[in-house]
Amino acid sequence: MPRLRDLSFRYKIPLRGSLLVIITAVVVTASLIFQEYDAVKKDLIGNSASIGRVLAKTLIAPLVHDDVWRAFEIINTPFQAGPPQSNAQAAEVVMVLDPRQQIYVSTHPQQYPMLGDPARINPEFHALRSAITNYREFETSAVEMPNSNNIYMVTPIVSDGVLLGTLVMGYSKSIFLPRYYAIAGRAGLITLLVLAVLLPASWYWGQRFAVPLVRLAEAMGKIGTRIPGDEDVPAYESRDELGRAGTAFRHMLRELRENQELEREMVLSERLAAVGRISAGIAHEINNPLGGMLNAINTYRRHGDEDPVTAKTISLLERGLMQIRDTVAALLVEATVESHPLSRQDIEDTRTLVLADVHGKQARFHWENDVIDALPLPSTLVRQVLINLLLNAIQAIDERGDVFCHVYRDSDSFYILVKNDGKCIPPERLEYLFEPFSSGRESGHGLGLWVTYQIVRQLNGEIAVKSEPAETRFTVAIPFAAGYA
Amino acid sequence: MLAWALRRAVLPLLAALLVFPLAAHSQNSQNGAPVRIGLTPVFLDDQTAFLNVWREYLEKRLQRPVVFVQRGSYREITDLLRQEKLDFAWVCGLPMVENPQHMKLLAVPVFKGKPLYQSYLIVPASDQQTRSILDLRGKVFAFSDPDSNSGYLFPSYALFQLKERPSAFFSRSFFTWAHRQVVEAVAAGLAQGGAVDGYVWETLQIYHPELTGKTRVVQKSPEFGHTPFVARWSVPRGDFGAMQRVLVEMSNNAEGTNLLKKLNLDGFTPGELSLFDSIANMAAVVRSSIHAKAP
Repeated sequence: MPRLRDLSFRYKIPLRGSLLVIITAVVVTASLIFQEYDAVKKDLIGNSASIGRVLAKTLIAPLVHDDVWRAFEIINTPFQAGPPQSNAQAAEVVMVLDPRQQIYVSTHPQQYPMLGDPARINPEFHALRSAITNYREFETSAVEMPNSNNIYMVTPIVSDGVLLGTLVMGYSKSIFLPRYYAIAGRAGLITLLVLAVLLPASWYWGQRFAVPLVRLAEAMGKIGTRIPGDEDVPAYESRDELGRAGTAFRHMLRELRENQELEREMVLSERLAAVGRISAGIAHEINNPLGGMLNAINTYRRHGDEDPVTAKTISLLERGLMQIRDTVAALLVEATVESHPLSRQDIEDTRTLVLADVHGKQARFHWENDVIDALPLPSTLVRQVLINLLLNAIQAIDERGDVFCHVYRDSDSFYILVKNDGKCIPPERLEYLFEPFSSGRESGHGLGLWVTYQIVRQLNGEIAVKSEPAETRFTVAIPFAAGYA
Repeated sequence: MLAWALRRAVLPLLAALLVFPLAAHSQNSQNGAPVRIGLTPVFLDDQTAFLNVWREYLEKRLQRPVVFVQRGSYREITDLLRQEKLDFAWVCGLPMVENPQHMKLLAVPVFKGKPLYQSYLIVPASDQQTRSILDLRGKVFAFSDPDSNSGYLFPSYALFQLKERPSAFFSRSFFTWAHRQVVEAVAAGLAQGGAVDGYVWETLQIYHPELTGKTRVVQKSPEFGHTPFVARWSVPRGDFGAMQRVLVEMSNNAEGTNLLKKLNLDGFTPGELSLFDSIANMAAVVRSSIHAKAP
């Protein structure tokens, strides 16, 4: 069974709201009842004091004449005013005590018989002693005892300054109960009404408060298996804590995603660097014996006999070795080639170079060259990068496809943007795109992007690819070399 | 003695014969003067509506206005009779036998076929032990009226017979001034015993069984002459006869029978003074006992 504290806010908030309403109702009702108790008591004391004075005066004659029956009739009169349930203030018991404080007559003779000692019958009457003896003429005193359920009204019956007897009227506090019940009942009804209004309202507020929290919690719970996207995080348009938490969480997710991306790129570039080092190492190791072998062939041609079979074999060897040299040379990108700074014309030349391929595919070629002045970049390498990217793009498109090229600069970098609307590169290939022999294409040796990558890296630049259906874009950013200005 | 008796028997007859035409005349002449009738709680005299109906009945039959006079005790009615301020009264047998010079017997109610009634000793219904008045020693006792036979004289007499004095026998006794209230006092437990007119108790049993149900009849006294209607000594013979006739004839007509039914009586009879001899005897005994025992 779920514990209360584990409940969702969806239920906690309405529950707490209801609890608050009920507590408020109880407190207000209690204070009302307390107030009512005071009012009723004051009422009771006032009423019974006036009844007491009238009865006390009326009782003088029967006491003087020792007429028990008349006295009995008189003290019973207040009870005969109406049906008992309508007469909420009816006394529980009325009795007349004689000056010796024995019962002269009472309304409940079976409980309080004539001549009995009331204190022996009901110990509460002990407490009345002082009120009875310290009487003041025509004045009713109210005696309320702690731990007693009764209030006693004591009125002296005095004739010509002589105490004939004492009228005692006992009221049970339980006569307050119907009033309490009425108040409590009304309060309960009002509480229910308020709850009927507030429960849906607090339910609604709870939902409003809880749903973004719940979604936030769910989104947080997903971290670990994957990093949730922005669409998983509730958009809570406010600046309260919830809104701030949502915004901060989205921010955190974005950073997490960026970190992950960065990490991925780092892994990628480290791998490419490792591949680069291995291939450069291998290229050097191959180049030395290769040079020797080609020298040997030259020497042999110059000095050897022209045996046709041998000559044919030598030629075959030479062609193979030359192919190895070309491949190795391509692998070994040398950025140290001397070249003049990159000018607008260098870039325009590149365009001219690829136009033949553009026409071959009847492609639409969008060209934008925003470079005007010469830039402090090695023109040969930049042109090679541009040509590689453009040729790749043209190759990727279908017949009559679109190729877009934008070349521009800002204050400290040079940018190339090449887009095409050819087939999208599958994600699993993107990761290995810049590695040698990864093109998977029939034509070409698969070194174009490798070389491009190596050049950009050697120029301290960045190259990025993004492939979506209908658009694959390569972006290159090369900072201006400090020493090239 | 014989002459007195003769005179007493014959004179009214002669007078009636002589006065008859005059009486008829005087009846007419007296139409304006009301007949004043004193009532005491020897019956349930607290039924004002009933009394109005009965008064109208009497007015119709007497052809004269009738005024009922009610007082708080028997003594006040007796005094009014003595002062000749009343013409008739329904009193107890005791005041009548004690005031022969002021009142004369007019009619006696017939209750359960006899002009007799009893005094009942009652206790609260919760008291199942009490078997006689002797068991009530030291208790609180309710009498109805000091001038009542059933409500005071008989129980006092019974105690005197037992060599007891009412004032010392009970821890407390009081008068309720009406038989009905004796029943109420005993029913409420105010008194642990009471003496009540048996006729009143039986009538209450019919109309207010919830009240008599709270009481238990312990003992019933011997039968006494029922509480009589009396006339002041000086009432004109014509009025006496007319009133007596009206009362006695109540059982002869439907209207009167209805009223009698309300009163729980069979009717009224002229009655004999000797019916009240036992009450007179008891009164004499009690009076002499009090005198004898007084210091």
